[in-house]
Amino acid sequence: MPAKTTVLNLTEEEFVHPGNRACSGCGLSIIYRIALKALGRDTILVVPPSCLTVLQGLYPIAATQLPCLNVTFASTAAAATGVLGALRAQGREKTTVAAWAGDGGTADIGLQALSGACERGENFIFFCYDNEAYMNTGVQRSGTTPRHVLTTTTPITGKPHRSKDVPAIMAAHGLDYVATASASYPIDLYDKTIKAKALYGPRYFHIHTPCPAGWGFQPDLSVKIGRLAVETGLFDLYEIENGKFRLTGKSAKMLGKKRRPVRDYLKTQSRFKALTNDHIEAVQHEVDIKWAGYENTCQPSPTA
Amino acid sequence: MHIIESGNVAAALGVKLAEAAVIAAYPITPQTPLTEKLSELVDAGEMDAQYIPVESEHSALAVCIAASSTGSRTFTATSANGLLYMNEQLHWAAGARLPIVMCVVNRGIGAPWTVWNDHQDAISQRDTGWIQLYACDHQQIFDTVLKAFRLAEIVSVPVMVCYDGYILSHTYMPFELSDDEQVRKFLPPFKPDYYLDPACPKNLNTVTLPDIRPDVRGETAPGYMEIRHNLHTDMRKSLDVITDIEKEFKDIFGRGGFPFIEPYRVNDADYVAVCMGSLSYHLRDVIDKLRDEGVSVGVAGLRVYRPFPDKAIADAFSHKKGLIVFEKALSYGNQGALFADIKAALYAKTDRPFVRNYILGLGGREIKTSELADALRNSCRPSSATTDRPEWIGLKM
Amino acid sequence: MKKGKPYALRKSHSEPGPGDGGRTGSWRVLRPVIDPEKCIPAKKNKKACFSCWLYCPDGVVTKTLLPAIDLEYCKGCGICAEECPADAITMVEETLLIMEEDK
Repeated sequence: MPAKTTVLNLTEEEFVHPGNRACSGCGLSIIYRIALKALGRDTILVVPPSCLTVLQGLYPIAATQLPCLNVTFASTAAAATGVLGALRAQGREKTTVAAWAGDGGTADIGLQALSGACERGENFIFFCYDNEAYMNTGVQRSGTTPRHVLTTTTPITGKPHRSKDVPAIMAAHGLDYVATASASYPIDLYDKTIKAKALYGPRYFHIHTPCPAGWGFQPDLSVKIGRLAVETGLFDLYEIENGKFRLTGKSAKMLGKKRRPVRDYLKTQSRFKALTNDHIEAVQHEVDIKWAGYENTCQPSPTA
Repeated sequence: MHIIESGNVAAALGVKLAEAAVIAAYPITPQTPLTEKLSELVDAGEMDAQYIPVESEHSALAVCIAASSTGSRTFTATSANGLLYMNEQLHWAAGARLPIVMCVVNRGIGAPWTVWNDHQDAISQRDTGWIQLYACDHQQIFDTVLKAFRLAEIVSVPVMVCYDGYILSHTYMPFELSDDEQVRKFLPPFKPDYYLDPACPKNLNTVTLPDIRPDVRGETAPGYMEIRHNLHTDMRKSLDVITDIEKEFKDIFGRGGFPFIEPYRVNDADYVAVCMGSLSYHLRDVIDKLRDEGVSVGVAGLRVYRPFPDKAIADAFSHKKGLIVFEKALSYGNQGALFADIKAALYAKTDRPFVRNYILGLGGREIKTSELADALRNSCRPSSATTDRPEWIGLKM
Repeated sequence: MKKGKPYALRKSHSEPGPGDGGRTGSWRVLRPVIDPEKCIPAKKNKKACFSCWLYCPDGVVTKTLLPAIDLEYCKGCGICAEECPADAITMVEETLLIMEEDK
């Protein structure tokens, strides 16, 4: 049984060079840095246009230390498929293929290719870092932008539509492994990545990614705000393994306990300024119902 | 050995002998039998390749781009709207300098829908940076696929092999199926100068700045404009490579020998009909008939459209009295694409023929030999002049 | 027929290296300063905590008994200060520190 991952035994080896163009306090930077420690050097990355494209550097310098293929926006999962096809043809199948896309590149423009790749059972890990809008192009609304949120394309009354439940869409493809994670719980992300790496077939991660510039908060609060999303029950850490749902980490510990009110999270970010009290109560109500559902179906995990 | 098969199967057998390692395709009429044949060959174990049934054409070329970047020889095929769906990827593959080979089974584009043949699909993609080759019969389909892989891998530019939907794709003709030994002599294994490899990590095709910039060693790296300039100059250089490859092919297989222009009764002709694809063979009967009537005319099939073999065209035709360009496509609002390119090739010559343009066969409109003959009779006169705009053959209303 | 260098070096391949965005330390308005008397690994003189190392988005903190921060690239986001359980890190105005250093 491998030792429990802690800050102390987590490798100091870095896979991303500093001095890159990610915003100060970027949630993706934390996620990427930690997940690559789990993926290791024998990995090929596939990245569509997104914040990560910029983080990874402008030609001819790369902040990423792993081989990476930049691809067109809609084609991430198809490109990952192509890398895998070539690796199989050449007998290089031990190399991990990891696709990294934002919420748009995953669930909006990228959804068709992702769905196809999952249906074909492609052997890759797909990481969606969800900062809940098209951040790289300037904070326009996306399919995962929560309802009422202010973005540059929903600038006054906020987004009228609810967000897509992307992990549920992915789970509906019958994947063996679907997980959520958060920039604020890096050890949980690391452990899940290690676990996913040992599995075969399409594996999907949906990672909550606080964004100071897009969400409207000071950069030093990225981790705190991501934590609040989990503590208020708005974003949940879970795994769906072979169809079985299980809360993990902090979310699992919250079962049967009082949660922080969603208002604690919503008041920290200027993107929620359009929410009225009625809206906030409606959000609270939705979260309460969701957690009542968890209480009914989830057993606390022994490893939580 | 000689076999009788369809144009689509001829292409598939070319891909098989070329030992493409990763194939991705999405079905679209009239390409479907090509990809069906390839999936059958792979499924039966007759071809050692990864066949990936993607969910769209955009993804098909995405797979090829990624597989080629990872170091494998790749292939895809499509037609019409499928080609257009992957338009963004066409530019990407060319800009990324990947030696992908694709068969385009020429078909007209919607709206409105048509499944029948014309050249608008490939012609509309002439500015993407792909090399564009046209095959006139089944032997040429098979041969050109082999040549395409060789060419693409030498110059690092993707290559489109175009042939007429239904007219060639679905008809049956005898052709020589070369043996493996000959093909191996002609086409060595794919050895890319770089492929994605954790042992040598690089970040491919990322964002460039308008200006040049130092790399990690402090040396100046090209900017976007230099990279694009390189694509253009390498495409121009590929004209010489095409000539060399044609000679090599002829030496090994005993076929071919016309890298750019396949002439029929052109040498002693005053007037030359010029076109691409199967029409050039269709016209041969018309030429023979008109010769019997005393019209001094021949037909030239153009085999390479991009890069445009302007020098070969100028050398072949600048001393002719007239060229009559037949096209199954046009640049809307202007004139035939091939027509414009040919005029440009001849512009600098003081001594040059008149050039006339006929648009025909759009959406598979039947092309009657009598109509071709009439068009040539009308055009092949000393009094003829260059036209501004195309004339149309076969319009019924 | 040779496929020589003329066709090979035409591609947009980036190589790994730091500082793609330049000296991102210049982005700082506030600089993190660690108090060795409050910092848990520093005062215990053994490996412990390292929350600053864990949460640093840019990986510019070392896992040493007094964590060191690479000021060439530290963007001054302040996450380390916010997350430090011992309140050992203060975000100090960069201009004041530069003026001190110039003296």
